[in-house]
Amino acid sequence: MERFERQMILPELGIEGQQKLRSAKVLVVGAGGLGCPALLYLAAAGVKTIGIADGDKIEASNLNRQILFGYNNIGKSKASTTAKIITEKYPDIHVNAYDEFLTVENIPLILPHYDVVVDGTDNFASRYMLNDASVLFDKPLVYGAIYRFEGQVALFNAGNGSANYRDLFPQIPTFGEVANCSEAGVLGVLPGIIGILQATEAIKWIAGIGRPLVNKVLFCNLTNHSFYEIDLAPNEDAQKNRPTTLEDFQKANYSADCMTVADIGWKKALESSTQKTSVFVDIRDPTEMPRWSSSQCLEIPYGRLAERAELFSGETPVFLFCQHGIRSRPAAVELRKIFKRNSIYSITGGVEHPDSPVRLLK
Amino acid sequence: MRIEVHTIKMFGIIAEKTGTHVLSAPHMDDTDQFTAWLFERYPQLEGVRFTLAIDKQLIHSNTVLNEGAEIALLPPYSGG
Repeated sequence: MERFERQMILPELGIEGQQKLRSAKVLVVGAGGLGCPALLYLAAAGVKTIGIADGDKIEASNLNRQILFGYNNIGKSKASTTAKIITEKYPDIHVNAYDEFLTVENIPLILPHYDVVVDGTDNFASRYMLNDASVLFDKPLVYGAIYRFEGQVALFNAGNGSANYRDLFPQIPTFGEVANCSEAGVLGVLPGIIGILQATEAIKWIAGIGRPLVNKVLFCNLTNHSFYEIDLAPNEDAQKNRPTTLEDFQKANYSADCMTVADIGWKKALESSTQKTSVFVDIRDPTEMPRWSSSQCLEIPYGRLAERAELFSGETPVFLFCQHGIRSRPAAVELRKIFKRNSIYSITGGVEHPDSPVRLLK
Repeated sequence: MRIEVHTIKMFGIIAEKTGTHVLSAPHMDDTDQFTAWLFERYPQLEGVRFTLAIDKQLIHSNTVLNEGAEIALLPPYSGG
């Protein structure tokens, strides 16, 4: 078959390897910076059945790295658009689009249909949930994660004696000091490379090529092209927080595990501010939109919070917010520690949350 | 006289907070001693979550350090 001719002549792949790729079913979770390149290369290589789960819609700020999408896709659902783009390009590939975020409820309905899972998510709660689900349903998980110019890649839960994500990081971080791309920033080339490394590991595993990153984690730094590979082993103690039955998995609340006592929702914060004088603090950069023209809101960028000790050393409840609730959380946790008080909060979800009163003026 | 030091490799936010991807530490007996030294030298790392690897092998509890052992500080990344 001409379509795969060039790769089938590789002795490591051959007809047999190609058949394995063809009959494999790979679920890519997240059509973002990692998911997009991974999806393209899995489809190009001939993985005939690909699932893509993503509840987001395409935004302009995605375009620097979510390489499947272009200007004419803005506003559309990521999963369905991915399916359309891939199947138009490669009509021989079948794509199942799930226009929803994976949850403990829908994972048992989706995951079992696939052979391999690719983690293209962008937050810790999802990563731990996906990891635990992969172990529960016995599916290899191709892990990938990025931070500015650095990335991590590994193949977890791939057979007996194989480590999983918790053997690397046993506990879910309780505050997001390491943020996602909207907070930390990223050039498309980084998730491009890490995502393709993930596709590589999936292909190697399926076709039985080379040495997959089993019980290994590859650390990459693009600023100096350095690679650091570490070995890890399954660790019983590291697994103690992982649910081991379907019932326990479906009762688990991964987002809550990630939250701290410093978190509060908009509704509660606004309600509380009607009962007791409070102050809202917008810790975003002045250029971030939209702004909130409320009299009870102060604008103090994150980097300048330390200059306003008088605000935090008093008793007035303080509600910090940012664009997504990711910067405000470590800020609130830190300020609570410094000023030894509990009435400093971070508003969950920030300006982008549906309950947020901060709106673009029409 | 050979003075044994540990090469410390840092990644992600840890490298950012310390301002370097690599540094040297004087010989330590074990990783608990090392982390105490680390937090004293770099208090900005307090509260930052990371896993340690000794000579590229991940560890989960206090581990004896051989002379010249390389230590890596590995924080989780969440970006995707």
